[in-house]
Amino acid sequence: MVYIRSTGNISPQHSFGGLSLPDKLLLYPGDRMRCVEPDYTSFFDAKSLRRMSRIIRMGVAAAMECLHKAGDPAPDAIITGTAYGCLEDTTVFLKRMVENQEELLTPTAFIQSTHNTVGAQIALLLKCHEYNNTFVHRGFSFESALLDGIMLLHEGAADAGAADASATDADALHEGAADVVARKGVRQVLVGAVDEITETSHAILRRFGLYRSGITGGEGAAFFLLSLEASNGDLGRLEGLTTFYKPHNLIETAEHIQAFLTAHSLTVHDIDLVITGRNGNPVEDDIYDQLEFGIFSGIDAEPYKHLCGEYPTATAFALWYACSWLKKGSDAVVGAAVGGIGDPTRRVLIYNHYQNVHHSLFLIASC
Amino acid sequence: MIETDVFVAGAGVVSAIGNNLPECLDALENSRAGIGPMHWLSSRHRDALPVGEVHLSNAALADMTGLAPGAPRTALLSALAAREALESAGMGEMGSWRTGLISANSVGGMDKTEDFYAHFLSNPATGGRLRDVVHHECGRVTELVADLLGVRHYVSTISTACSSSANAIFFGARMIRHNLLDVVIAGGTDGLARFTLNGFNSLMILDPALCKPFDEHRKGLNLGEGAGYVVLVSARVAAALKGEPLARLSGYCNANDAYHQTASSPDGTGSYLAMKGALARAGLRPGDISYINLHGTGTQNNDIAEGTAIQLLFDPHFPPMSSTKSFTGHALGGSGGIEAVFSVLAIKEGLIYPNLRLETPIEALPFSVETLFRKNEDIRHVLSNSFGFGGNCTSLVFSKL
Amino acid sequence: MDKLLADLKRQIIAQLNLKDLKPEDIGDDQPLFVEGLGLDSIDALELIVLLQQEYHIKLASSDEGPAVFQSVRTMANYITAHQGEKV
Repeated sequence: MVYIRSTGNISPQHSFGGLSLPDKLLLYPGDRMRCVEPDYTSFFDAKSLRRMSRIIRMGVAAAMECLHKAGDPAPDAIITGTAYGCLEDTTVFLKRMVENQEELLTPTAFIQSTHNTVGAQIALLLKCHEYNNTFVHRGFSFESALLDGIMLLHEGAADAGAADASATDADALHEGAADVVARKGVRQVLVGAVDEITETSHAILRRFGLYRSGITGGEGAAFFLLSLEASNGDLGRLEGLTTFYKPHNLIETAEHIQAFLTAHSLTVHDIDLVITGRNGNPVEDDIYDQLEFGIFSGIDAEPYKHLCGEYPTATAFALWYACSWLKKGSDAVVGAAVGGIGDPTRRVLIYNHYQNVHHSLFLIASC
Repeated sequence: MIETDVFVAGAGVVSAIGNNLPECLDALENSRAGIGPMHWLSSRHRDALPVGEVHLSNAALADMTGLAPGAPRTALLSALAAREALESAGMGEMGSWRTGLISANSVGGMDKTEDFYAHFLSNPATGGRLRDVVHHECGRVTELVADLLGVRHYVSTISTACSSSANAIFFGARMIRHNLLDVVIAGGTDGLARFTLNGFNSLMILDPALCKPFDEHRKGLNLGEGAGYVVLVSARVAAALKGEPLARLSGYCNANDAYHQTASSPDGTGSYLAMKGALARAGLRPGDISYINLHGTGTQNNDIAEGTAIQLLFDPHFPPMSSTKSFTGHALGGSGGIEAVFSVLAIKEGLIYPNLRLETPIEALPFSVETLFRKNEDIRHVLSNSFGFGGNCTSLVFSKL
Repeated sequence: MDKLLADLKRQIIAQLNLKDLKPEDIGDDQPLFVEGLGLDSIDALELIVLLQQEYHIKLASSDEGPAVFQSVRTMANYITAHQGEKV
């Protein structure tokens, strides 16, 4: 269980800088949503900006905003998830490579195309020498990053305990242990995810027929600062996280959900709201239909992809959205009724699947 | 709950010097490098840039692994090495164990995408075959292999340039220590692609001749390809297996240079912190290390930065060290995994690998690399370095049982 | 020479994505690297390609870079001296 101290979220809605959406939502006719981006010059100087393509700006700005909201602490780890990586830079380099037939190629686009560029750029700006990792596993990219962060926090607590123990024995204090004592373990981790749509990626996904079924392509960048220690102003408690891959059928999916709740000593009746990953594709949404009829019947359910679109790391937006529900209590953020009148939203379950391949469950409670 | 020990129960590798572990070992023992003219990769630079290419066509790899011939080369290589690792671990039926696959790569299905792209450019509406880009994403490559091996409990992919597979290995180890998994196939892979060849060429860090890591007159790296995986298991699983584990993964650390997008800081800050942290995690002093498998790409920048960091940490007692990239070339996302396997082998068989083609040691450093293959050595602890773009630095420590 | 200096400044701005600069902001003798414009090793590589692309001049090795790219004027001088040589 970890505390969500702060967040920064750039999405196709006016989500940046706060934890709520305006009454007037942005609607996107057609099959593509575009992020509402902040003025980057307030975050980066011209020197940095020229080396940052759009996805890098989005990711780093969201991360900076997240840290800023928490009082600009130095994170003990930076972990990023991205399914597609830096598509624009990849395309630029590919295009030049093809057009110039492998001659006269400049390195900037190539360097910026590596998947860990967002995480690396954050570290560079913060001069952060700590743990830095990037997960690139499709609909699990954000979840893997979160898991990594959660494990690090628990290891940090264990390291701090071990350091305290060994600090009492001067003979045992060799260089290694001294190092652990000095670092005192990981206390706060910055975890986020970012994915973009480009003209090229959109054209290719369209050719795959992805949007024919009713799906709208989305994009976004969302970061969270996590800690094992509670502090004033925490947005929520991430009580649980699990993923499962290619379940054989709906029964198995329902079993995973049940097992998840049981592991946290909960029943569905302890859940005030389930946020679902409905994306407009009737075949994929059928899973949610069945679950809302079955295990989720009686609980209020809210979709979220009408706000951010469908993309592999959309659950990062969902986590922000869950925090916004918790903070607002029973005030509906987008005009839907919640439970009984006046019942605050205390515990939210996010259930999302990406193409029925990557399924994830998040449990978030109010602080 | 955090378990204490993580064991290496199996290992598998495919590289320019061999299609499996015994072949690679034979090449290492006989100083037989695998870097030379490109055979399968089609590029304008064919005659100008030597590469460490795996000596198997995609068709042959498909035959050997059971994947479709149209699968990305990165996936084909991954399948071959991951399966060897699994078989060498003697897992048998995995059914009862919570098994995960944590794989890493940097190119994904780019070898197919770049073929697609040329046609797509001239006609976005219909140009290029969609099946060439369906496995473009890094995570898709991992899933091809997960599905082939029947791993479903946990699957993920890491991509941090040249430190990718080392990061995958210790992420897998930590999942075991947190009692989330019992068995993890961990490592990484990358196949050659024009995209990366030209990318590195644009950085002007490729050697037009065979690379000379840690040589004063080194001119750059040779791009390579390949895959390396270890099967990590908990103590409980190790006890249940018939054979003895090969080694223990006793230390690991990732640190960030935070200096520049691609260049390492002159004093090797990230490298120093990664090595120091890995030793601390293993509860070891620098003097306990029997051999260092260097990142040693052969670029001006990496070798002096890494060397400076080693000097700072190990002075005045420097263990034997070498870069096996002098054999295999730099397999990018696969290099950490390949070198982890070589490190485990070094412990199991008591080996020190030579650093090929050294003529003049780096003048600024007070140590030099090994030039001769040695066996029957008492190798207790091996430090394996993997330092990548974005200042991502990872060191692993493998230890004798 | 004046035209070459002006052209070079435009091209440098475009190639290196220095969007906030105008040609008149770059002095003929202003250091391009470290201080001055603050360019780095990646920019140096970009400039090497610029020379090839616009002026068909190839540096013998990247070691020549620091001297050639010291300022716009040193670049112009190098171009003038090597123009006409086959790449």
